[in-house]
Order: sequence, then structure tokens, then C-alpha cells
Amino acid sequence: MKNNLVALFAGILFGLGLALSQMIDPNKVLHFLDVTGNWDPSLAFVMMGALSVTMVSFRFILKRSNPIFETGFHVSKQTALSVPLILGAATFGIGWGMTGYCPGPAVASLGLFSVEGVVMVVSIYAGFFAERFVVKK
Amino acid sequence: MENFTPISALLGGALIGVSVSVLLLLNGRMAGISGIMNGVFVAPKKEEVWRILFLVGLVLGAMLFQFITQDSLSVRENYPLWLIVCGGFFVGFGTRMGSGCTSGHGICGIANFSKRSIFATLTFMASGMLTVFTLKFFGAVS
Repeated sequence: MKNNLVALFAGILFGLGLALSQMIDPNKVLHFLDVTGNWDPSLAFVMMGALSVTMVSFRFILKRSNPIFETGFHVSKQTALSVPLILGAATFGIGWGMTGYCPGPAVASLGLFSVEGVVMVVSIYAGFFAERFVVKK
Repeated sequence: MENFTPISALLGGALIGVSVSVLLLLNGRMAGISGIMNGVFVAPKKEEVWRILFLVGLVLGAMLFQFITQDSLSVRENYPLWLIVCGGFFVGFGTRMGSGCTSGHGICGIANFSKRSIFATLTFMASGMLTVFTLKFFGAVS
């Protein structure tokens, strides 16, 4: 129960952050990716803003033996660079550049009643399901 | 660079950083959004609820911002539909294959000093930039 409320609260904060930073606007993201055009470095500042918090907070949080409402941290222990990692990231980047949406803003844009956002979210799920069939893990 | 908004970008980013920290400190979860989205349909029933609530929160957060600021954020229209359909598919496929997106690799992973996440982030940024360059070169977008 408690962790469900935490998840809802964290989601709201995240959505507020995406709206305030305008990362919810796919054109603003595309202007960041458009380095040879009218470049808008805002997205890099969003990442710096987020990392300036998480770089510090993660040090303290991950020193604990357990999170507050759960037993054990669900943190990836993978360390090796792999072909799927790089190929997957490159594929994601292509989709990101085609649309201006990564998964967070795509979901958040539903709150603005964006028709395009609905198409985006459905297409992302199609990609999830396709990957599960194509790439055997 | 007349569209550059450094202050709201830093503040919005900090809010995202706080959100990610809250989820990790209290629930022990990394706020990787592609993973959370995917988990809604593959995780065991008991594990689905928090994921759905997090995603609902994302939507509510965007609505709340509109409500507080009385500022209607513009919604893009008339963007080529084929780019959204194909691009969305690539975003889904790629984030699963590469185990994360902008939030999971770019914010959580880098803060965790993960070499994998640093490489993934550099890769999707580079391929995103190359894609925009290519689409503009061939006149698919303005």
C-alpha cells in the first residue's frame, strides 16, 4: 500500500519535472538533437539538474542495507558492455530522433490529451512485444 | 539558441532527480520508465500496481502543471504520422534490447556510475542526433 502511494507521488513529481523543463514538448527535444540547426541545449541542462540530485542522493541511499518500505534494492548488477546494449541504444536513438519522444514524455503527454502521444505509446508497446519475440533471452 | 531555457531546465531536471531518489530510497526501485512501462504487462500481478500508479502519476503531473500555471502547453499537430508509428516502434524495441531509456540509463544508471549506462546514453544521443540530421537532409522534417 505504502509503496503504491510512493510510486504515484514519484510519478507526479516526474511528470511535473518533465512539464516544467518542457521536455514534454517533442519539438524542444528535437531542437536539442538538431546540432547543426538552431541548437537548443536545454535537454543537457535537464540531465545536469537531475544528475546533480541523484549523484549525491544515490551515494547515501545505496549505502543503506534496505530501502524504507521494501527489502532489498532492485538495482542492475550487470557491468559488461554488450552488443545488444549498444545496438538497442542505437535503435532507441533512431526512434527518439524520428519522434522527439522518449518513453517518459510519451506517457506524460497523455496528460495534455495529445493524440500523437497516444499513437506513440501504442507504438512503443508494439516495439516491446516485437522485441520479446525477436530477441530470445 | 533563442529557445534555450536553462533555468526551467535545471529546475525541472532537479524535480526529476528528486522523484528518482524518492522511488529508490522508499521502494528500492530505479525509475527507468521503459522498464516500468514494459513491466505493466510482464511482471507478476502483485508487482503491476505500483508500475501502473507511477505511470498514472506521470500523466497527472503533466495535468497538474497545466492546472497550476494556467499555462496550456502546446500539443504538436500535423507531424508526419509514419514517423511517430515507426519511431515509437524503434523506441520500444531499442529500449528493451538496450535495457533502458533516457531515465534508466541517462539519470539512474549514470548516477550509479554504470559504465553500461554511460555508453548507452552516449550511443542513443549520437544516433538521435544523426537521425535528425538525416531526416532534415532528406527533407522528411523541417
